[in-house]
Amino acid sequence: MRWTKYLIWLTAAAAVYGIVYLLAHVGIVSRFFLLTMVQICIYIIMALGLNLITGFTGQLSIGHAGFMSIGAYATGIFVVTFGKPVSAALTELWGDRGVTDVAYYIFILTSLAVGALAAALFGLLLGLPTLRLRGDYLAIATIGFGEIVRIVLLNTKALGGASGLPVKQSVDWATAYWLMLLSVVLVYNFVNSSHGRACISIRENEIAAETMGINTTKYKVMAFALGACFAGLAGGIYANHMYLVHPNSFGFLKSFEILVMVVLGGLGSVTGCILGAAVMTIMNNVLAPFPELRMIIISVLLVVMMIFRPNGLMGATELRLPFRRASATGAEEGSGHDL
Amino acid sequence: MANLSVEFVLQQLLNGISIGSIYALIALGYTMVYGIIQLINFAHGDVMMIGAYVGWYCTAVLHMPFLPALLTAMLACSLLGVVIERVAYKPLRRSTRLAALITAIGVSFFLEYGMMFLVSPQTRTFPPVFPQTIYHVGPLNIKYGDIVIITVTLALMALLTLVVKYTRIGKAMRAVSFDKDAAALMGIDVNNVISATFAIGSALAAAAGVLIGVYYNTIGPLMGIMPGLKAFVAAVLGGIGIIPGAMLGGLALGLTEVLVSAAGFSTWRDAGAFLILIVVLIVKPTGLLGANTREKV
Repeated sequence: MRWTKYLIWLTAAAAVYGIVYLLAHVGIVSRFFLLTMVQICIYIIMALGLNLITGFTGQLSIGHAGFMSIGAYATGIFVVTFGKPVSAALTELWGDRGVTDVAYYIFILTSLAVGALAAALFGLLLGLPTLRLRGDYLAIATIGFGEIVRIVLLNTKALGGASGLPVKQSVDWATAYWLMLLSVVLVYNFVNSSHGRACISIRENEIAAETMGINTTKYKVMAFALGACFAGLAGGIYANHMYLVHPNSFGFLKSFEILVMVVLGGLGSVTGCILGAAVMTIMNNVLAPFPELRMIIISVLLVVMMIFRPNGLMGATELRLPFRRASATGAEEGSGHDL
Repeated sequence: MANLSVEFVLQQLLNGISIGSIYALIALGYTMVYGIIQLINFAHGDVMMIGAYVGWYCTAVLHMPFLPALLTAMLACSLLGVVIERVAYKPLRRSTRLAALITAIGVSFFLEYGMMFLVSPQTRTFPPVFPQTIYHVGPLNIKYGDIVIITVTLALMALLTLVVKYTRIGKAMRAVSFDKDAAALMGIDVNNVISATFAIGSALAAAAGVLIGVYYNTIGPLMGIMPGLKAFVAAVLGGIGIIPGAMLGGLALGLTEVLVSAAGFSTWRDAGAFLILIVVLIVKPTGLLGANTREKV
């Protein structure tokens, strides 16, 4: 039963990949379209990470771009430092053959893992002391963290300082796409595991969860570190695709945009935040010529959403395959969040 | 490191007090609103920005003197504060903290980019409203602007203290912040009190905006973000919800910033403010003047 479901999703994912690949190969879609594709993938991964923290565990974090920049810089430094020697060594070993490219690709994937792990480490370091704080206070502490990261990066000459860190482009949209799918599967399985249920119980009622024997600190820190890890992965993809990593691309505004994606799609819904991230990214790119208008629309949308549908468009429900709805157990509707 | 003489330190202290009083003025608005409806009013820094623009319009276009311009800006912003509260925050009073916080951020962006749309993103220069006199008191160079900032701030703080302590509305505000439901049962119109709090807080922010405008000469649509965040740090530092705490926190933050800059780390100044914030939150989340409260289960 489960396998047919996975098979359907996998086929759908592969079909999307195939169609885009074909279109890109024939040259029907523009480079702008592929760039948007990569951005959507990056933001979906970011939103998934933040959704783990804010949507499922109920801890408000507005410093998510800080983790993204840590991932981007860690990956960038790794690639800039080891890229040339590794590539030279591989060419010497195998010459100009396919196997060299494959090995270099594995090196790039390693760099992404480095970024993700670095961000997770910072998530752990920040989470351990600050997760004792509640609601607004945690939000403020995370804003402070994001700003500190930005200022430190701006002032560190070794990391490029205010002129940013140039990184060669070595990740195309296909890699971003498959990594995005991997993240979706990981998050989906985490949320539906006993760990995920523990996180959801903390969101619903922390005191009750603690009384039921759940180590709330452990799960909050776990969610925080995992969320940071995904942000780091997204940052790594960003670094390897966008040519330049700059501290100011990961400011308060970016953290806020990601929060909007999660809130718009639905706090506590994996499919919801995928939709939210995709819609917001497309809207951002379409409205890019009118930056002020774009922000006005986003802010009004947000206020109106909060007044009329405070749990996001999807709430905590998931999109399901329509013909399978009869067999779905249906008991997964989340109640209101208590933040 | 610059030459560390007594004059230098005193001069820096004076600068710190000037900047700190501006932070304190903004922090008062944060702290009052938080004390009453437990909402971090992120739009507060942007209300300050609007106040600066009103002040600029009054002095540069209408050629008003300083004091009437200041009062006009305060009046305009208190109206704006009430409108923001009624339109955006009031429908959310019974909803979750997250929803209210996100709304506040939304309002903040709306004000910033709405202004950018209306008055263009470029910065504007404030006309010189004060004589550029510099008084030499002993080793100190005191600018006319410093005196105005400190006087205006002190006057407004004294006025606020009097209002909160001795007037009917002040008493009602204290009652509502203590227990909203009990206050309502005692016949206090809670909605009016909340509106009054927003009006007073926004007026103080507007005053801070005009002062920043005349002190630094330039204003822009995004000028409210950093002072807003820092004033919030000041409010948390002093103990959020406590009015004397906001004054103390503002001064402490201003002095720290100036000392960090004077020590030669001016680009790290903002990081210092946020580091203080995180340390305070971890060590004593109730702030310098806050009492520890136990959580009721």
